[in-house]
Amino acid sequence: MQPRLSLRSVSKRYPAVLANDAVSLEVAAGEIHAVLGENGAGKSTLMKIVAGEVQPDDGEIEFDGRAVTIDGPQAARALGIAMVHQHFALFDTLTVVENVALGLPRSASLADVQRDLDAAAARYGLTIDAQRRVHDLSIGERQRVEILRALLARPRLLILDEPTSVLTPQAVQSLFATLRGLAADGLAVLFISHKLDEIRQIADRCTIMRAGRVVATVDPKRESEASLARLMIGGQPPQIAAHDTPPGPPRLTVDGLRLGGKGGAAVDFTLHAGEILGVAGISGNGQRALVSALAGEAQVDADALSLDGRPLRGLGPRERRALGLRYVPEERLRHGAVPEMTLAENALLTGDSLHRRGFVLPGAMRDFARRVIERFDVRCPGAEAVAASLSGGNLQKFIVGREIESAPRALIVDQPTWGVDVGAAAAIRNALIALRARGCAILVVSEELDELFQICDRIMVMARGRLSPAVPVRAVSIETIGRWMAGLWEADAAAAGGAR
Amino acid sequence: MKLPFALVPRAAPSPIAVWLSPLAALAATVACGMLLFGLLGRSPWQAVAVFFVEPLVSLRGWGEVGLKSTPLVLCAVGLALCFRANIWNIGAEGQLIAGAIAGGGVALLATKDSGGAFVGAVIAAAAAGGMAWAALTAWLRDRFHANEILVSLMLVYVAQLLLSYLVHGPWKDPAGYGFPQSPLFESAARMPILMAGTRLNLGFALALFAAAAAWLLLARGFIGFQLRVAGLAPQAARYAGFSERRILWTALLASGALAGIAGGAEAAGPVGQLTSSISPGYGFAAIIVAFVGRLHPAGIVGASFVMALFYIGGELAQSRLGLPSSLTGVYQGLLLLFLLACDTFVHNRLRWRRIGAAAF
Repeated sequence: MQPRLSLRSVSKRYPAVLANDAVSLEVAAGEIHAVLGENGAGKSTLMKIVAGEVQPDDGEIEFDGRAVTIDGPQAARALGIAMVHQHFALFDTLTVVENVALGLPRSASLADVQRDLDAAAARYGLTIDAQRRVHDLSIGERQRVEILRALLARPRLLILDEPTSVLTPQAVQSLFATLRGLAADGLAVLFISHKLDEIRQIADRCTIMRAGRVVATVDPKRESEASLARLMIGGQPPQIAAHDTPPGPPRLTVDGLRLGGKGGAAVDFTLHAGEILGVAGISGNGQRALVSALAGEAQVDADALSLDGRPLRGLGPRERRALGLRYVPEERLRHGAVPEMTLAENALLTGDSLHRRGFVLPGAMRDFARRVIERFDVRCPGAEAVAASLSGGNLQKFIVGREIESAPRALIVDQPTWGVDVGAAAAIRNALIALRARGCAILVVSEELDELFQICDRIMVMARGRLSPAVPVRAVSIETIGRWMAGLWEADAAAAGGAR
Repeated sequence: MKLPFALVPRAAPSPIAVWLSPLAALAATVACGMLLFGLLGRSPWQAVAVFFVEPLVSLRGWGEVGLKSTPLVLCAVGLALCFRANIWNIGAEGQLIAGAIAGGGVALLATKDSGGAFVGAVIAAAAAGGMAWAALTAWLRDRFHANEILVSLMLVYVAQLLLSYLVHGPWKDPAGYGFPQSPLFESAARMPILMAGTRLNLGFALALFAAAAAWLLLARGFIGFQLRVAGLAPQAARYAGFSERRILWTALLASGALAGIAGGAEAAGPVGQLTSSISPGYGFAAIIVAFVGRLHPAGIVGASFVMALFYIGGELAQSRLGLPSSLTGVYQGLLLLFLLACDTFVHNRLRWRRIGAAAF
C-alpha cells in the first residue's frame, strides 16, 4: 500500500545549523507515527516543512503517491495536512472562534464556525469557551484551540507537535483515545514528542532523530523506555541524584492569599527550609497569579505572605531578593532574560551586588556570569554572548544558575525544564536538589508530573485558582494527583495524609 | 512572479549593517539629491557643492554647522533615552518651545547691570520649562494611561500657541513696529560665544556634554541599564523589580530638560529674542537624527552634523540658486525613508536565486 506521506532525503539548512540532514520518513493512512528526539534534533523543522511553513533546500515529498511541492500553509491545507503547533500560531487579540475561522478554507460565518467548534469540542472532549480572547487563555487552553482548529479542517494528515506537555494525565488518555479513533477512520497522524512512555503507548511506529538525522525507525512497543532514550540521546540518560534529608523550620508562609481578588479562594501553604515543594496542575489554573504574588511582581492585598516570619507586604521583587527570596520565571526570553543583551548584562538583571552608587560594575558582571557559566555547564562562547544565541536548555541553565549563585533562602521556580533537552533538564533538577541540601526552601511549579515526583518532597495541586493540601510524594500516586488536577481533592486529601 | 533574489533572515542582526545602514542611507539621499537637482535643471554637482562643500569652506561656516547641530543633538539625545525605554516622546518640539518660553521669560528680566552669571539662570529656567512640558506627558500617561505619542505631539501645538500668544500680547516689544516678537535680550542673558568669528555659543558645549553624559548613563549607569531593559523586555524589567513609573518619569524629564535647554539656547543664542517661530522644526528633525544615529549618543552627534548641513544647504540653495528651501525637508524625509529601507538588511541578507533553478 502506498504511504500517505513520504519524505525522501529532505534537508534544510539555517544560517547557523543544518536542521534536517537527508531525512526520509513514511506515514501510512491509519497509522500513528511518532517522531522522537531531543529539543533541537530537527523535529519541528521537519514538521514545518510538511506543513508548508518552511521550504526545504533539498529532497522530495510525495503525498498519496504524487510528488508535491508544499510551498505554503495554503498548499498544505489543500492537500489535507493540518498541524498543531508547539508554539501556538494564534492571534492573541482575537477570540477563539475568530482564530478558528481564520484557519478555515471556506468563508463561513462566525456563527457556523462557532457551531462546528462546539460540536467538535463536545465530540473530542476538548471544552473551550469560543468567545474568550486568546490572550486570556492559559497555555493548555491555547493548545486545545489549536487541536480543535486542526480537526475542524477535516485533515488527511494530522501533525501534533508535543501535544501532551500541557495536559493532565487523564486528558492525555482522552486525547490518545481521540487519536486512536481518528486513526481507525483512516487519518494519518504524525506525533512529535520527547516523552518515551507516551510514544510507547500511542505510536505504531517511531522515527528517532538526533542532530538533524534519522538514527532509527522502530516499533516502539518492542522497545523499552531505556532503549528509546539511548537511541534519542546517543548515550546513557543522565541520572537524578538521590536525596533524603529532613526539612527544616518554616521559611515561606502563605496564609489566606486571595489570588482572584476579594472574592477569590484563599490559598495557604508553608514552605520549609531544605525541602522542595511541588505545585502540579495544568497551567492557567492560577499558577501565574500565585507565582507573581510570591515574587512581588504583582502586589497583593493582605499580609498573606511572610519570609522567616517577616511580612512581605509592599515589598517589590528587589526588596524580596534582598531578603533572600528569588524567582525563576516560566518564560526564559523577555521575562527571565533580555534576549538582545549579553549574559553579563543579564546577570545584572537580578544581580543586586553588581551595581554600586548608580553605576554598573562591568568587571563584576562578567565575573559573575563566568562563574554561572562554569558551575552550571552553560554551553556558550562566554559572558559576552547574547542570551538569544543560546539554546533553550543552556539559557535555562544560566537563569537557574544565576539565581542559585546568589545563595537564595527561598527559590520559586516556574516550569524549570519546559522545552529543555534531557541533559539540561537533569542538570537543572540536580542543581535544585543540591540547593535543597544546602537548606534552601524551593517551590517548583511544573506541568511535568514525572519531574515533580522525581525531585519533590511534598506536592500540591492547583486547579481553578485553588490549591490542594500538600502531601508527601511518597504517600500519593500519579493517578491521584491527576484526579486532583480536575479540582477533586476533598475526598482524597484526608486519606492521603493531609497537610503536614 | 519570482524576483531574482530573496531576503533571507540572518541568524543574528549584523553588527556591521547596523552602522553601514545609515551611511548607505546617506549615500542614497545624496544620489537622490543630485538627481533632483538634475531634474530642476541644475548641475547635479551643485547639489553636492551647496550641501556638503560650501557650508564647510570657512571657519564661520563650521560655526554655523555647530550652531544648527546644537538643538538637534540636545533634542535627539533626550529622545534616544526615551526611545531606548520604549517611551515614544514625539513632542521634543513642544518641550523645546516651552524651554524657549521659560528661558526667554527669565532673559527678559535681565537689566543692563545683570552679571555674566545671569545666563545660567536662563539655561536653568529653559531646562525647567522643557521638563515641565514633558512632565505633563509623563503625568497623563502615569495617571491615566494616556498614549504618550498623541499627548506629546498635541502638546507641541499647545506650546506653539502659548508662545504665539506671549509674543503677540504680554511680551510684545513695544518698539517692535507691531511684529510678533519680544524685545532683544540684554547681553548678560545671551549665550556667550565660544569662538571669535563664529556664532558658535555655549549651547554647543552643553550639547556635547549632554551627549557624553547620556553615553555614560546608557553604557555604565544603572538607570541607563533599567531604561534599556524596560525598552527591550518590559516583563523582564518588572521581574527585576525596576519601577516602570520611575523609568517613565526619568526618561521624559531628562528628555524634556534637554529639549528645553535647546529652546533656551536658541532664544538666548542666535535669535536673541522670542519670536513666534523660534524653531524650524528642530524637535521633529531630532527624531530622524536619533534613529539615523542609532539611538547612540556618538551616532547622534554625527547624524546632527549631517542634518545641520541639510538645513544650511537648504538656505544656501535658496539664496544662491533660487531653489525652494523646502529642499531641506525633502532631504530629511529621503534620509529617513532610505534608513528604514536599509535597516531591512540589518536583520536580513540578500540571496541571489540560481538562474533556472527548479522549484525543488
